[in-house]
Amino acid sequence: MNSFKLTNINIGRTLIYLILLFFAFIYLAPLYVMFTTSLKDIEEIRSGNLMALPMDPSLYAWKKAWSSACTGSECEGLAPFFWNSVRIVFPAVIISTILGAFNGYALAKWKFKGSEFIFGALLFGCFIPFQVILLPMAKLLGSLGLANTVTGLVLVHVIYGVAFTTLFFRNYYVGIPTELVKAAKLDGAGFFAIFRHVFIPLSTPIFVVTIIWQFTQIWNDFLFGVVYSGSGTQPITVALNNLVNTSVGGKEYNVDMAAAVIAAFPTLVVYVIAGKYFVRGLTAGAVKG
Amino acid sequence: MFNFLEKNLPKIVLAPTTIAMIVCMYGFILWTGLLSLTKSRMMPQWEFVGLDQYFRLFNNPRWDVAVDNLVVFLILFILIALVLGLLLAIFLDQKIRVEGAIRTIYLYPMAISFIVTGTAWKWILNPGLGIEKLMNDWGFIGFEFRWLVESDMAIYTIVIAAVWQSSGFVMALFLAGLRGVDDNLTKAAKIDGASTFRLYWHIILPLMRPVFFSAIVILTHIAIKSFDLVQALTGGGPGYASDLPANFMYTYSFNRAQIGVGAASAMIMLFGVLAVLIPYLYSELREKKS
Repeated sequence: MNSFKLTNINIGRTLIYLILLFFAFIYLAPLYVMFTTSLKDIEEIRSGNLMALPMDPSLYAWKKAWSSACTGSECEGLAPFFWNSVRIVFPAVIISTILGAFNGYALAKWKFKGSEFIFGALLFGCFIPFQVILLPMAKLLGSLGLANTVTGLVLVHVIYGVAFTTLFFRNYYVGIPTELVKAAKLDGAGFFAIFRHVFIPLSTPIFVVTIIWQFTQIWNDFLFGVVYSGSGTQPITVALNNLVNTSVGGKEYNVDMAAAVIAAFPTLVVYVIAGKYFVRGLTAGAVKG
Repeated sequence: MFNFLEKNLPKIVLAPTTIAMIVCMYGFILWTGLLSLTKSRMMPQWEFVGLDQYFRLFNNPRWDVAVDNLVVFLILFILIALVLGLLLAIFLDQKIRVEGAIRTIYLYPMAISFIVTGTAWKWILNPGLGIEKLMNDWGFIGFEFRWLVESDMAIYTIVIAAVWQSSGFVMALFLAGLRGVDDNLTKAAKIDGASTFRLYWHIILPLMRPVFFSAIVILTHIAIKSFDLVQALTGGGPGYASDLPANFMYTYSFNRAQIGVGAASAMIMLFGVLAVLIPYLYSELREKKS
């Protein structure tokens, strides 16, 4: 009887492992396909199939995707657009994170009449479909002279990212005991001194979570990029989409795939290095947002 | 003077964000709402024509297709992602040896942009060279898979790619929920002789109610915003067969110079989100109070 039960459990567990591994394969397959396709030449792509390993791996597609593939009328590869994204992402992440830290601190520990209302209104803003602000924002950027500029895109990402960063910091700081603030106040410390000496030293995890969240969001953004950028200032997502849909000459799937991997690379690296924080941001932003 | 500053520092710190929020969120929503009541085409024109743009929108077959697509996409995407995410979470919660590695694999698509996901799946689903050829090579001669170029099937390719991207995230939500279940509860149920199935169905799943709720809200939010995925995977095609409302809004506002219709479609999208969001926030607040 006992041994019968044991094998029963073993079959069950084996089945669970098999199902889990099968889905691991399904989730990994597209990455595998992108990567192997990018190393094949066009002949091999036509004669072979998706799962076949490249017989004669070559970096041709990678070089072309990076420096000479056409993304519309220009043919300079993804490189200039990769750097555009870098120039958009860094200032936008830094500014929105710092603003979010101050806002969250004020909202969590220095409540005043109306502060809860401000928080509620911001929270609500995390959910609006951006389509509803696209047209007036275009007008505003135009009248500020920031249409089709990197600065304009940074501004847009900061404005609509701050709701999330504030939410992250506020929810984190609410958990820090108010007694700490009271004690520091008795010692004569003010708003900024308390932030600097009490809160900043406790904030490393939430800074990491917020920076990763913002980095991923802004690097992966397409909507703002496609609406508010011009031909020289497009972020990499827009350029990738143009590259794939530009059909000058024959379709080079290997170049498309190399370009896709290049566009995905920075956020994938962040995920592999700091996956734990990434997941924490996702669930925090999602569940409480 | 100094005292005044010191006393009002929290307000001063919050002021820029608050002003930006009032102008760029609520002010802009109002602006778009007003614009949708005007006869604007290429440029904003403040001549009000009542609900004309909305009538024009609802009489547009392309908008009908986009809304129908959204309904199909919402239902399938949410249902499949929920079931898959929940099952994977339950399986992963059985003291699996390589849990960390498997979790990492399930979740990495969430770090990738919809544009990259769309590009990858566009190639995988390529009629002729993609999965069709793979199946033929593996011995399933005559296997056909051309959803990308079939008007009535293209929307399902969006579902496939979106589920691939987001189901790992749903899994993570459920896994976090399952880890929060009191061990004593499961032990007690086992002592009472409940089978694993009954344990999950009658005890654990009801406890996951809040997770279901947040997952549905988040997935709805992702679905309504899925503009990039459509743009990269099908381009809304064939024709406009796989357009979603977000793509409609973009096309009419920025390519067709009909910003009045574009604004009206954006407002309808906002109302759609509110219809989901308000009951959610309401129940959240009620739970906190009780």
